Amino acid sequence: MVTLVHSPATTGLSVQVRGVHHAFDTPGGPLPVLDDVTLDIEPGEFVALLGPSGCGKSTLLRLLAGLEAPSEGKLGADKVRIVGPDPSRLLVFQDPTLYPWRSVRGNVALGLEAQGVDPQQAAARTDRTLRLVGLGGFEQALPSELSGGMAQRAALARVLVNDPRLLLLDEPFGKLDSLTRMTLQTEILRLWRDAGFTVLLVTHDVEEALLLAQRIVVFSPRPARIVREVAVEEPYPRRRDNPALQSLRRDILASLGHAHEL
Amino acid sequence: MSSSALALSSDRFAGRSEEVVEPASPRAPVWRGGIVAALAWAAAAGVTWTWPDITPWSRSGLLGAVECTLGAALFLLAFAGNRGRLAALRPWDRWLGAGAVLLTLWQILTAKTAILPLPFFPPPQSILEVYTDDSARLLESAARSLLLLLPGYAIGGAVGFANGVAIGWWKQASYWGHPILRFVGPLPATAWLPLAFFVFPGSQSASTFLIALATAFPVAVLTSSGVKGVNAAYYDIARTLGASERFLILKVAIPAALPDVFVGLFMGLGASFAVLIVAEMMGVKAGLGWYLQWAQGWAAYANLYGALIVMALLFSSLIALLFTVRDRVLAWQKAIVRW
Repeated sequence: MVTLVHSPATTGLSVQVRGVHHAFDTPGGPLPVLDDVTLDIEPGEFVALLGPSGCGKSTLLRLLAGLEAPSEGKLGADKVRIVGPDPSRLLVFQDPTLYPWRSVRGNVALGLEAQGVDPQQAAARTDRTLRLVGLGGFEQALPSELSGGMAQRAALARVLVNDPRLLLLDEPFGKLDSLTRMTLQTEILRLWRDAGFTVLLVTHDVEEALLLAQRIVVFSPRPARIVREVAVEEPYPRRRDNPALQSLRRDILASLGHAHEL
Repeated sequence: MSSSALALSSDRFAGRSEEVVEPASPRAPVWRGGIVAALAWAAAAGVTWTWPDITPWSRSGLLGAVECTLGAALFLLAFAGNRGRLAALRPWDRWLGAGAVLLTLWQILTAKTAILPLPFFPPPQSILEVYTDDSARLLESAARSLLLLLPGYAIGGAVGFANGVAIGWWKQASYWGHPILRFVGPLPATAWLPLAFFVFPGSQSASTFLIALATAFPVAVLTSSGVKGVNAAYYDIARTLGASERFLILKVAIPAALPDVFVGLFMGLGASFAVLIVAEMMGVKAGLGWYLQWAQGWAAYANLYGALIVMALLFSSLIALLFTVRDRVLAWQKAIVRW
């Protein structure tokens, strides 16, 4: 079987989150969503941020992507403060949100085009990435012609083609059917192990976190506070019925207040 | 065709002997609706030729010939098989037949019985006479109308688009531009006519300005609301991928807003037709609007109807052209407004 020994093509970014508070301005006053979050992530680590839906964990990803600035506290990538977006830190959303007027190739080439990469080189990198995510042959297709799983693969390729060093995944498998979700979960693991980037996966699915992550950070309901951190040391690939994972699952569900449902 | 018949021969179906066989191959279908329409046109020609006019019209013979030719052509098409570009006419068979009936009714009420009196109700042969005898002036008028309309429409479309993008994108542009658009926009461009003819050096430039104004307003409104309505996630994605503001405007905002821009261009085109005709009637002294007024002045109602038909053809062709361009540009989108 595949081992963890690999030669990363990229070095993952380390992530520093220091005393971050964040609140949204609403007509009814500020709505706190992040409460004193402090977190360190090693280069190349795969970390799951687990918590109830709407707790604010997605906001943490937006802050790390540089799309918003925190109300309070500091965020850093490789110990450099994050002040705005950068193609080394990229987000994949729950919805693929491909541009409907661009072909699959045009969507994936978006970042290279925006960064002014030579078009010929960009085309070669784009097509290589499309083959990597299993979309070879769909270069000319329009997003409206893709299934949900294929669209999410294209969205993944749109990010991967830029050789990101930190991949921020915001419930990327949330809207897929269960078989497609399993396939893509396996592929994300493969890509992570081959490429060596750091992954932060936001999810509310305990099983998904256990299957994929080396470490699970558990958040409280809004405003999100870190409740606990759980290291998952089982080797990859992990089986869903692995007893060690089952007991961790019970343990984590209990700390999320769902012990009675077991 | 038994070789291509689909035999169900798996174990599950063993013991069942049915085969799915091809249906009997149909003969090349005859276009029945076409035959009916052809007969209607032949009857129309018969009426035109055999029923004498109350006051003889010089083009009755020609009208009959046109009707007869149409009937013959439809008859041939009905047996020509369901191929080629003319086969696209097939769904229109009821309209083709009804055309012959309506034309004949019109002719009977006018030329044959004079139930509808002259000069307000000219018969079809007199309109045919307009096209045979006054085609040079009509064509020149149509050309002058086009030459007045197109520059004004192009300028208005470009100015409206640029302003719409600016108002949709920059807060400052929206702060200053939006109220002006809301206050001045609802004024019909024709209301500016007296002022424009006074301010501009000539009626041509004044009319071009008014046509541009009529076009720019809907284009600006629709473009700005299209740009403002772009899915915010599109911008998030482009920004994380390293897009500059220029890239966000040109490669995200504008393509995403294009469906709305085309609605604005469509509305602007309709508004520009109205201004064109009024401007030609009021000051330009050329073009189809002028022709209408000139015909009315001479009580030449046949010329008036003739010009209206030309105008309808011209304007609906322009709209069809715009929709063709839109369908090309927005091929990724399923058409919302059909023409």
